[in-house]
Amino acid sequence: MGMLTQTREIVLLNLRSIPSRLGASLVIVIGIAGVVAVLVAMLSMARGLSRTLEDTGAPDRVVVLRGGSTVELSSFMDRASSTLVRQDPAVARLPSSLPAASGEIVVVTEVMRPGQSTGANVSLRGVEPAGLLLRPDLHLIEGRMFRPGLREIVVGSAARGQFANLDPGSRLRFRGTDWQVVGVFQSGDAHDSELWADLETVQGVFRRNGVSSVLLRLANADSFDALKERLTRDPQLNVDVQREGEYFRSQSSGLTTQIGIVTSLVGIVMALGALFGAINTMYSAVSARTAEIGTLRALGFGRVAVVASVLAEALLLAFAGGLLGCGIAWLLFNGYSVSTLGGGFSQIAFDFAVTSDLLRQGLFWALGIGFIGGLAPALHAANIPVTEALRAR
Amino acid sequence: MKYLPLILGALLRKKWRTLLALLSLMAAFLLLGLGQAINSLVEGGAEFLGVDRLITQARTSFTQPLPLRLLPRIEAVPGVKRVGYSQFFGGVYQDPRNFFPQFAVDPPRLYETYPEWKLDAEAKRAFAATRNGAIAGRLLAEEYGWKVGDTIPLNSLLWQKRDGSNAWEWKLVGIFDGRDEQWQKRTSIMYLNFAYFDESRVAGAAGLAGVFVVRLRDPNEVGKVAAMIDAQFANSPDETKTQSEQEFQVGFLRQIGDIAFIINAILGAAFFSILILTGFIMNQSVRERVPEFGVLKCLGFTDRSVLGLVLAESLALCLTGAALGIGLAYTVTALLPPKYPARIDARVLVIAAVAALLLAAVVGLPPAWRAMQLKIVDALAGR
Repeated sequence: MGMLTQTREIVLLNLRSIPSRLGASLVIVIGIAGVVAVLVAMLSMARGLSRTLEDTGAPDRVVVLRGGSTVELSSFMDRASSTLVRQDPAVARLPSSLPAASGEIVVVTEVMRPGQSTGANVSLRGVEPAGLLLRPDLHLIEGRMFRPGLREIVVGSAARGQFANLDPGSRLRFRGTDWQVVGVFQSGDAHDSELWADLETVQGVFRRNGVSSVLLRLANADSFDALKERLTRDPQLNVDVQREGEYFRSQSSGLTTQIGIVTSLVGIVMALGALFGAINTMYSAVSARTAEIGTLRALGFGRVAVVASVLAEALLLAFAGGLLGCGIAWLLFNGYSVSTLGGGFSQIAFDFAVTSDLLRQGLFWALGIGFIGGLAPALHAANIPVTEALRAR
Repeated sequence: MKYLPLILGALLRKKWRTLLALLSLMAAFLLLGLGQAINSLVEGGAEFLGVDRLITQARTSFTQPLPLRLLPRIEAVPGVKRVGYSQFFGGVYQDPRNFFPQFAVDPPRLYETYPEWKLDAEAKRAFAATRNGAIAGRLLAEEYGWKVGDTIPLNSLLWQKRDGSNAWEWKLVGIFDGRDEQWQKRTSIMYLNFAYFDESRVAGAAGLAGVFVVRLRDPNEVGKVAAMIDAQFANSPDETKTQSEQEFQVGFLRQIGDIAFIINAILGAAFFSILILTGFIMNQSVRERVPEFGVLKCLGFTDRSVLGLVLAESLALCLTGAALGIGLAYTVTALLPPKYPARIDARVLVIAAVAALLLAAVVGLPPAWRAMQLKIVDALAGR
């Protein structure tokens, strides 16, 4: 027999005998499944967060903040700047021939998490009527839009899911005034974690004259550089100009890096734990098969074939464990909603996203553990002297 | 104790197997140690904070500064000993990554509301008397190599000066320590002189105090005084929310999310995997030694002492693994820079010990039971 045929036969023989060593095999499968499930779940958390933040923003929308401010919360622009910014010729016009611009104010308010006595910070965004026209992705899924001049609020769908007392009809209290929730909106991005109301009503209650930011829509997405140049050079203004997507990406980078570091550390420690377990189990699988391996060697099967058979077993079991782990992570965590403190001291809610590339990554880890775990026992199996192996019980 | 050599012998029978099992256990307990150290920080991290201090914040959220004019009305509430105020400055030093908390405060009020900070009398005078004075905690000063007399430039992300710039310069006039070890660990913060801060920031923001820190005469009156303060401002634009400093701190950390849940889920999965692996190894080891147990029983060992032997073996394995893992976690947390104060404390040790005992029982009992039930004849035949 050629070496390839030998190898194929012995691998198949070995794989067929796995059911008779079910206990030991299951140990590897479950051990690796645990590692992969945790790893994929943690990666999907980081992925969900960055997806929520990075999906925010259209290429033709521009955020203008006070110069030096990194978040809307710390940015203050007076009415004059807000008016001047929107007069730029690059700004698109609405059908009413007014500039496609919305001055917006962001203040942080406290709402309760269900079942907890401590509050969570949520952004309340006051927008001009144009703010809704500028964001065509945003639509109401329940109730109605707030009416200008009234203390009415629409809540983002993610905020409603995460925090207590945000259903339509409920009342909130800010600075001695009563506000009514009248609707729920969804935009599929970071705004879903916010509460929205009329700009001037928010300004009145929070005693603020200016705005935090101005959102502009460009008539032509390519005119961004020219707009930026004009606004930042204007001696009457002190502003930073960013594409909306850029602004939201800069909010997420710190947080996603931190989650990434924690995930890698936990993943490596867990993978090591599982690796030692896999080595142990494969050693005992080999020692249970010692007589069989001796017989095969006596019949003329080569060392390579023996090594391949043990490695194939380890890889197959690891792959099964990887699949199981991916399945568990997907079933338990895909779409699981959480919220955490994002940029600007307010909560950002997001869903875990178990994507296909994360599943592939999980399987890759599983196979890696299987390979390294199987290698030493495989070499050991190939190197047992035939005479000794035949005597094993 | 006389069985110790027997237990050791059993564990050292296959050295590789025991070593690998120990390494897996170590990985599991390393994760447990680190995870619980973070949990300790989030859940119990505020326990040492003063029980006689309240924080009064705007009811809307702590990011909305309260105006300074509330001060006399809070001071007039019965049971209040001293009131300070503190505005979060939000500055970065040289580079946006060098972020540490700074608060603009009134120096004499700080000394009386936070007696936990130790600062010598001369530095106290200097802080109150220097317009742009600042004091830094010992850990912070050591981290950046600051000395008294240095000028510290801070770029505030929140506060703009009247001239429109965000660059503030502070003169370091003192370095403070904590009253005890707990407080010393928290000395990575900086206090700035409020008077200069207030007169230099944009006019529209002047007179905003941030949050009020209220020290009480009697710690038992926390609930009563908090309710009285909030009642003062109910239905006004400056509605307040007053809570104990501990609640404030815990609430702030909880904002980061349900960390405890995520950590416990990870630890659960890690432990389950390790439990399966170790359980299998124990089982395997007992199965190989069936004839030996037969011999032991022939020699007069009772069924019960054979059960005890196997359990002791499992216990020795799990406890050693736990000790190694927690020891490693201890080393890792001790090496962390002071701004990450996660440490292995008594609570973590107790949790780890309980986990090790439970693990030993769960993985040890089935094979121990099997060894106990062995009939001598079958055992000697290796059946």
